Amino acid sequence: MLNNMKKSKKDLLLQYTGLTILAVIILIPFLIGFWTSFLPTEEISKGILWSNHISLNNYITAFTQTPIIRYLFNSFIISFLTMIAQILFCSTSAYAFVFLKFKGRDLLFYAFLATMMLPFEAEVIPNFATVRSLNLLNHYSVMIIPFLASAFGTFMLRQAFLQIPGELKEASDIEGLSHWKFYAKIVLPYSRISLYTLAAYSFLTSWNQYLWPMLTTFSDNFRPVQDGLRQLQSQESFNNWGMIQASAAIVVIPTLIVLFFGQHFFKNGLNEGALK
Amino acid sequence: MSIELKNIAKTYDNNSWILKGINTRIKTGEFFAIVGPSGCGKSTLLRMIAGLIPISSGDLQIDNHSVTNLPPCDRNLTMVFQDYALFPFLDVEANVGFGLKARKMDVVKIEERVANALALVDLTAVKKRKPRELSGGQRQRVALARAIASDAKICLMDEPLSNLDAQLRGKMRSEIRELQQRLGLTLIYVTHDQIEAMTMADRIMVLNEQQVQQVGSPAEIYQYPANSFVATFFGTPRMNLLKAHCTQIHNHSLVIDPQLSFPTPFDLPAGDYFIGIRPQSFTIVAQISKANATIKNIEYLGTEFIVYVELDNGAKIRIAAAKQSSLSLNERILVKTPEDFLIFDHAGRAISSMKGTQKNGRTTKQAVQTAQ
Repeated sequence: MLNNMKKSKKDLLLQYTGLTILAVIILIPFLIGFWTSFLPTEEISKGILWSNHISLNNYITAFTQTPIIRYLFNSFIISFLTMIAQILFCSTSAYAFVFLKFKGRDLLFYAFLATMMLPFEAEVIPNFATVRSLNLLNHYSVMIIPFLASAFGTFMLRQAFLQIPGELKEASDIEGLSHWKFYAKIVLPYSRISLYTLAAYSFLTSWNQYLWPMLTTFSDNFRPVQDGLRQLQSQESFNNWGMIQASAAIVVIPTLIVLFFGQHFFKNGLNEGALK
Repeated sequence: MSIELKNIAKTYDNNSWILKGINTRIKTGEFFAIVGPSGCGKSTLLRMIAGLIPISSGDLQIDNHSVTNLPPCDRNLTMVFQDYALFPFLDVEANVGFGLKARKMDVVKIEERVANALALVDLTAVKKRKPRELSGGQRQRVALARAIASDAKICLMDEPLSNLDAQLRGKMRSEIRELQQRLGLTLIYVTHDQIEAMTMADRIMVLNEQQVQQVGSPAEIYQYPANSFVATFFGTPRMNLLKAHCTQIHNHSLVIDPQLSFPTPFDLPAGDYFIGIRPQSFTIVAQISKANATIKNIEYLGTEFIVYVELDNGAKIRIAAAKQSSLSLNERILVKTPEDFLIFDHAGRAISSMKGTQKNGRTTKQAVQTAQ
């Protein structure tokens, strides 16, 4: 017994050492990036990391001399609308795949899923041709419309809706709830954790988009933040690395906020007590 | 609110029948239990009455109006589910008032009804809690309160007590019965537990193998079961079924062995029969020279003993003995012919029952002959 415990303690120590090393390796680039965002560019270019000229100057430059606020605003509009649309369309389609009975429902669902297997890169060219003929280039809509629904979101919510006990549907039928009412009053609140998860996921996916906005936007008026960052680099004759680092740090902040507030909702057990 | 089932049947593929030829009339204010082993279709029947699944053929009438094609909400009934079907994100009060709100009842009226229902099931103190903060018994009561709060006079219950422990189940049995009486509900209660059905119901419908085996009061079903399935399904320990053969010579009685023969109320045609004897009806005589059986096992149940006995012809029977006296394992004993027993034909249909000196011919001789 004692031997066993000793051994497991040793194992634990080994595991934690391994995990700590990996965590450090992963975190170092972020920490260096964050640290350099406080340093003057001249020292960064000279390779001096341990400087004592720490200031918020880079952040001030980023906000005053670059259109980063506009980029942030653009990204927020795009991500927010994409998120709302995905929640709406994924939940309604998932509802149909779970609670409506119609011929060929499962076949349709698998066809739906199959679209998930196609990598986005493969869709870029046909999608680009489509949005160009629709005259949508260089506008918010070009970054929202192709992402109004997602097969992944539908799949995820379908799995969540399948967890809803059949008796809740039966109890609602007895009270005469219509499909819309059952959807709004029972299904959505019951699956709220999955909805929060999908919301966070779709917001961040949209926020971090790079390839598609790069192809379809040409002006700072509509350019989202990830492409804006790239823009900062080439606009200047010399690269103001301190300022670029500061901008990168600003861009990451919303991601951290979403994850920080999100984790509160990703707790288990909120639905306990429906049955038995 | 009376409910009439006319030749109700259910099939999913137009080929095999889940239920067939269900006929009965449930009176206003009656406590009607549907009982049967799992898979007999009792929950399906209840859901057809509720309107949750369509009726394949036949007609369902409530208060003499056909409701076969009406949606559940227009049948004016409530339902209590096996797993309670509470909404986890609503508190107790909102759960109870859910149906009333869905039916757009006046808010003041809802509050009043919910308060009354919660008071009836003794849950007023926890009305602001979520279901997850309640014990199993309390959740069950919330489900009951939801049915009580509704103004529907028909209540359907689908094994509502099967998730509770034995002690709580006994308590809830009498509470449900009392509520049903007080509110004058017509209650249809589905259960697989014969004790629940016996203790609570005014009338019982026994379902097995897609069909109604018998409909009757608990006493009728216990004393005059229509067939050997009903006879063995009710009563603990289970009724013994002894196989007997009737030859032309001995057609006035069925003989198991010289000490164990059963007189018949009328001459039976030759053939195979089953004799049904409740474990409580047997008597054992110990320390006797003309023994006909051996004790194989003895179980102590507190109030009685269950003695497992093997007859010399190989048949195993259960005997409930009030006191153990001095019985011991492998002891040779005499099992005497009891006064109460039932006779079933080879297909299990009841032919007659003997109650002490009183003889009840349940079916006529002709019926026996046509059954053969």
